[in-house]
Amino acid sequence: MNETMNLLIGLAMGLNLMALGSSRLPSVVRAMAVQGVVLGCLPVIIERNFDWLVSFVALVTVLVKGFAIPTLLQRAMRSANIDREIEPFIGYVPSLLLGAVGTIASVAAARMLPLLPEHAETLIVPGAMASIFTGFVLLVGRVKAISQVCGYLIMENGIYLFGLLLIHSTPFLVESGILLDLTVGVFIIGIIVDRIQRAFDSLDTRKLTTLRE
Amino acid sequence: MNGLLLIFVPLGGAAISAFWPSERTRPLLLPAVGVIHTVLSFWLLAFPPPIQLGAWMGYDPIARAVLPAVSLLFLSCAVYAVSYLRLRSERPNRVFVTALLAILGLLSAGHQARHLGLLWITTEAVTLAAVPLLHFNNTPRAFEATWKYLLIGGTGIALSLLGSFCLGYASLRGGGSGDLTFAALSAQGAALSRPWVLIAWVLLLVGYGTKMGLAPMHTWKPDAYGEAPGIVGAILAGGVTTVAFTAILRIRAVVDSAGAGAVASRTLLAIGLFSMLVAALLLLATRDFKRMLAYSSVEHMGILVIGASFGAVGVWAALFHVWSNGLTKGALFLSAGNIRRAAGGRTVDEVRGMSVVTPYSAAILVIGMFAVTACPPFGPFFSELRVLKAAIGTGHWAAAAMFLVALLFVFFGLSRIVFGIVDGRPRVAASAGSIGGMRVRETLGVILPPVVLLGLSLWIGVATPALLRDAWSAAVAQLFPTP
Repeated sequence: MNETMNLLIGLAMGLNLMALGSSRLPSVVRAMAVQGVVLGCLPVIIERNFDWLVSFVALVTVLVKGFAIPTLLQRAMRSANIDREIEPFIGYVPSLLLGAVGTIASVAAARMLPLLPEHAETLIVPGAMASIFTGFVLLVGRVKAISQVCGYLIMENGIYLFGLLLIHSTPFLVESGILLDLTVGVFIIGIIVDRIQRAFDSLDTRKLTTLRE
Repeated sequence: MNGLLLIFVPLGGAAISAFWPSERTRPLLLPAVGVIHTVLSFWLLAFPPPIQLGAWMGYDPIARAVLPAVSLLFLSCAVYAVSYLRLRSERPNRVFVTALLAILGLLSAGHQARHLGLLWITTEAVTLAAVPLLHFNNTPRAFEATWKYLLIGGTGIALSLLGSFCLGYASLRGGGSGDLTFAALSAQGAALSRPWVLIAWVLLLVGYGTKMGLAPMHTWKPDAYGEAPGIVGAILAGGVTTVAFTAILRIRAVVDSAGAGAVASRTLLAIGLFSMLVAALLLLATRDFKRMLAYSSVEHMGILVIGASFGAVGVWAALFHVWSNGLTKGALFLSAGNIRRAAGGRTVDEVRGMSVVTPYSAAILVIGMFAVTACPPFGPFFSELRVLKAAIGTGHWAAAAMFLVALLFVFFGLSRIVFGIVDGRPRVAASAGSIGGMRVRETLGVILPPVVLLGLSLWIGVATPALLRDAWSAAVAQLFPTP
C-alpha cells in the first residue's frame, strides 16, 4: 500500500516542479488539476477496507479539484484572452531551482520531525511541505491572477495531503466542511477574477496598485 | 433554549432575505434579526445554558464574554443599514443584506465553536461571506481591495488549517486519539508532542493573526476598510476580528496546558507590540481617514494580544477591551461613513470643514477619536489602563513603556487627520454635499446608531455592569483552570 501511495505523492511532487517551470498558464492549471486528482485518490488507498463515505468524499474531491475548478479557470482565461505569464517577479528557471531546493529541504526536514512510525516511511509530510512551498513561490512570484489562484490551490493541496495524517481521527463532517469551504472559496475567487478582468481589462495584478501607503 | 438559536436565527434570516421580494423592505430584516439576536445573547448571558464537556458547540463562558458585544454592535449597524441602504438605493441590496445576516450567524457559530475544525470552517465561511460586502461599491478600487483581502486572508486561513492539523498530530503523536475538541486537547495536556504543539502555535497564530489583522499580516486591512462601506468596516473591525481573537485565546489555553504557555505569551507580546508600533507609524503617514480607522484597528488588535500575553489579569483586561474597542470603533466607522458620503472625498487633501457640512457626524467622529485614543471617561481608557496595570503587575516595564509611546503616536496620528477634515472652511464641492445633486441630510437613522454606540462605550467605561465583569471572570476561569 505504501508503495502505491509514495508513487502517487512522488508524482504530485513532480507536478509541483512542472507548475513552477511552465510559462503557459493552461499547463500550470493542468498541473494543479492533475495533482488534485492524484491526491484526491489517496484516501481510498489509505483506507484498506472499502468505505462508502471515504469513497464519496474522494470522488467529490476529484471532481471539484480535477474538473470543476480547472474549467472555471479556463473559462476566465478564455474571456481574458491570456494564456501566458509574461515577466514574472521570479523567473521560471529560478523558481524551478527554488522548487527543487524546497523539495529536497522538505524531505530532509521531514526526517527531523517526530513522526509516528507508520508515517515516517511515507512521503506524506515531505510531499505536503513541498506543495505548500511551491504554492507560496507561485503566489509571490507570479503576476497573473490565474497563476496566483493556482498557487493558492497547490498550497491547499499540500495542506490536504498533510490532513491525511489525521484521516482516522478527524470526523467526516469536518472534512466535508473543509471541502465545501474550499469549493465556495474558489468559486468566489473565480467571480472576483472575472470582475477584475472587466474592471481593469486585464488580469495583471501589477495593475492593482492604487491602494498603498 | 440554547446557543444554537443564536446561529440559526440569523442564518434563517439570511435565507429569508435571499428570497425576499421587495428591495425597499428587505433591509428591515437586519434590525429585526439584530433585536432577536441581542435579546437572546443577553438572555443566555444572564441564564447560561448547560454545556456538555465534549460538545462541539456551546455558549460557554468565552462565547458569553464576547458574543453579546458583537450582538450590540450588529444591532446598531443594522439600524444604520436601513437608512444607509435607502440612501444607496441605486445598488441592489439582496446580496448585501443576506451576507450581513449570514456573517452574524457564522460569527455566533465561530464564537461558540469548541472544536478546532469547526472553528476553522466557520472562520473561513465568515471570510468568504464578507467578500460581497467589500465590493458593494462596485468600483475598481473596491475590487482591488477584495482581491487582496481574498489572497491574503485565504493564505492566512490556509495556514491556520495546517496549524489545526499539526495540533491534531501533536495529539496523535502523544498517544491521543487526535480528537480536535479544545476540551480533549487541554485534557491531554503535557502528553501532547511538544515540537508539534510549537509548530501548530506558530501556524495558528499567523493564520488567525492574519484574520485579526496583526502586523505584519495586516496589509489587507487598510484596503478593505478603506473601500468598503463604513458599516462593513464596523462589523469587520468589531465583530469578525473578535472571532479570530477568541480562537487565539482558546488555542493559547491548549498550548498552555501542553507546558508551552511561556513561549506563547512571549510571541503574543512581541507581535502585539510590533502591531502597535507599525500602526502608530502608519497613522503618522496616512492621509485617508478611512484607512486611518483600519490602522487604528491594527493598533487595537495589538492591544488585545498584548493583554492576552499577561496571564489571567491581562486576559480579563483584553476581554474588557474587546467590548470597549468594538463599540467605540463602530461609532467611528459609522460617522466616518457619513462624512465620506457627504464630502465625496477620502483624504485630508480633499476634505475639510466637515464640522460645517455634517456637524453631528463630525462631532461624533471627534468624540469617538478621543474615546478610541483612550481619553477618559470612555471604555477604552479603562480597558487599556487595565492592560497597562497587568503589564506592570507582571513586571513587563519595557513593554509598558513601548505601549505608552505607541499610544502617544497613535493619538498624534489620529488627531492630525480628524481635525484636518473637521476644521477649516468646507470646499465648494463638499458644501454642495451632493450625491446625485441631492443635499446630504444627516437623518436620525444615520446619527442615532453611532451616538448609541458611543453612549454604550461611555457606560461600560464608567459603570461596568456586574454581569459583564462576572462574564469576563468566568471566561478567564475557563482559560486558566486552577488545578
